[in-house]
Amino acid sequence: MTAFCGIELAHPVINASGCFDALAAREVFGDSLIERFPFAAYVSKTVTLGPRAGNPPPRLWEAAGGLINSIGLPNPGIDAYLETHLPAYAALGVPIITNVMGSTVEQFGELVERVALRDEVAAIELNVSCPNVATGLDIGADPHELERLVTALRPLSAKPLIVKLTPNAADVAACAAAAESGGADSVSLINTLRAMALAPGATAPWLGGGTGGLSGPAIRSIALAQVASVAASVAIPVIGMGGVASGADAAALLDVGATLVAVGTETFRDPAAGRRIANELAQRFAENAA
Amino acid sequence: MVGRRALGAYVVLEVGDEAVAAAPGQFYMLAAVVGWGGGEGERPFLGRAISALFAGDGRVGFLLEDVGPGTGRLCSLAVGEELWLVGPLGRGFDAPPAEREALLVGGGVGIPPLAMFQEAWGGRALLGFRDARHAAGASLLKDAELATDDGSVGHAGYVTDLLERELRAAGEVCVYACGPPAMLETVRALTLAAGVPAWLALEAPMACGFGACFGCVVATHDGFKRVCLDGPVFEAAVLA
Ligand SMILES: Cc1cc2nc3c(=O)[nH]c(=O)nc-3n(C[C@H](O)[C@H](O)[C@H](O)COP(=O)(O)OP(=O)(O)OC[C@H]3O[C@@H](n4cnc5c(N)ncnc54)[C@H](O)[C@@H]3O)c2cc1C
Ligand SMILES: Cc1cc2nc3c(=O)[nH]c(=O)nc-3n(C[C@H](O)[C@H](O)[C@H](O)COP(=O)(O)O)c2cc1C
Ligand code: FES
Repeated sequence: MTAFCGIELAHPVINASGCFDALAAREVFGDSLIERFPFAAYVSKTVTLGPRAGNPPPRLWEAAGGLINSIGLPNPGIDAYLETHLPAYAALGVPIITNVMGSTVEQFGELVERVALRDEVAAIELNVSCPNVATGLDIGADPHELERLVTALRPLSAKPLIVKLTPNAADVAACAAAAESGGADSVSLINTLRAMALAPGATAPWLGGGTGGLSGPAIRSIALAQVASVAASVAIPVIGMGGVASGADAAALLDVGATLVAVGTETFRDPAAGRRIANELAQRFAENAA
Repeated sequence: MVGRRALGAYVVLEVGDEAVAAAPGQFYMLAAVVGWGGGEGERPFLGRAISALFAGDGRVGFLLEDVGPGTGRLCSLAVGEELWLVGPLGRGFDAPPAEREALLVGGGVGIPPLAMFQEAWGGRALLGFRDARHAAGASLLKDAELATDDGSVGHAGYVTDLLERELRAAGEVCVYACGPPAMLETVRALTLAAGVPAWLALEAPMACGFGACFGCVVATHDGFKRVCLDGPVFEAAVLA
């Protein structure tokens, strides 16, 4: 068992937000998916106040050892999420972490207040990799703005608040420390790194969104450095992610101070990756203990 | 992998698979266990979506054309080498309505769903290829009428020319199509104009194949839909 912010988890491997649609996976792989759910907790895709269609296609570009995506956070909006998605997630049999994003403190506040009312939710993850509509700056990239945001949200919910940090910041450890001073219970990182690709034989961007975010093995060593630096700077638990594809990758993040590990892109290649990585981790622990 | 043969410009792979058999139009995500990566641009990294060509008796077949590092590596596999297989995935074709003749329109690597369709429910095939080397793929269907871009086999021109002729004839038909985007767009426009029902098996860049990434969307009158989950087969009338 792994303890995280007062939540008991069967093992330390969870999914990365936006990389596993549990309801679609259940439709495709059947109820055996629920009986052997690959992750110790389920993190929702980012939910916003209103519904979002997402970016125009193409949304994917395969890069060296990874993927650039410009999905654009499509989601049904908080009303439909709370009414239909959340009750269905509750049947997964693992703790639910709801990931939300607003573009103002007020929007974040409304989202947190509404999610806080729901017993199905074990924790709230704040996706702060978004431009503040007022200032144009990424809320999560500026320690002062971030601390102001978390301070404002903290009183709105007794549930653990996880701040998902952006790696596209000058000093990620300073942002983590700001989230902690604001009252965050945990920080998670890394989100995708801003990236771009040109269409083959053309001078125009390939992705419908212009730029996108890089994930997968290509970002693994960046994730390790950022997680190590953040874990050394804060006392709250850290969820490490970025390019994890094996028990060894997960162990490296735990070794530099992460409490949990999240798996994103690898799940696209192997839908059962969460369970496989958790098993590989358990085997390493058993071997080390022997 | 248990079988491999060249077929004109294509390679037919046969893979042992104990899972439930695929339906016409369904696909698998394929990757080689060894040597996946390190090709052009250090790719491939993700699996590649490949339609089932036949399925049953613990075997599934695929038709491949080497167009890049992923299909190139799959085409280079030798019997005995191992593959990663996720599937069968997606919603395939439904059985055709009894009162209409099914026209199967396709070309290139779009023919596997049509071959499985014909095997299950019959239907008259109109197929288009670049040249004679590619037209060898037509042997996977029965009694196909052909068109080639270079005129080396069958009608000189597009397969959609043959479809246009059929739509002008009086018969009650419905159309099932799979092929390159430009061909499908023409099929969509022609069948819509003629008021003939049509179902198209689409392609989109895919990262996962099972609805996880939201990367493979197509625009419909009901917003973006995931090709891997809500498709790859869509009724032509719902596409925006
Ligand atoms: C449902 C479905 C069924 C399919 N069935 C078959 C089949 O039966 N047989 C078959 O041979 N193929 C099939 N395909 C097509 C096949 O999956 C793609 O062509 C595949 O991407 C080829 O990979 P590649 O590495 O060989 O070529 P790529 O290098 O990926 O080139 C293919 C195309 O992808 C684009 N592209 C180029 N570079 C990149 C990049 N870095 N990232 C993203 N896109 C890029 C370009 O438009 C290029 O023309 C199917 C596709 C789908 C969605
Ligand atoms: C297709 C895709 C969609 C994503 N969607 C979200 C999202 O909705 N919210 C979020 O906070 N992070 C999202 N992410 C970022 C991941 O949660 C994760 O931080 C990142 O991909 C790094 O992990 P990985 O290398 O294991 O994928 C997404 C990543 C990908 C690849
Ligand atoms: S390929 Fe990932 S959602 Fe369709």
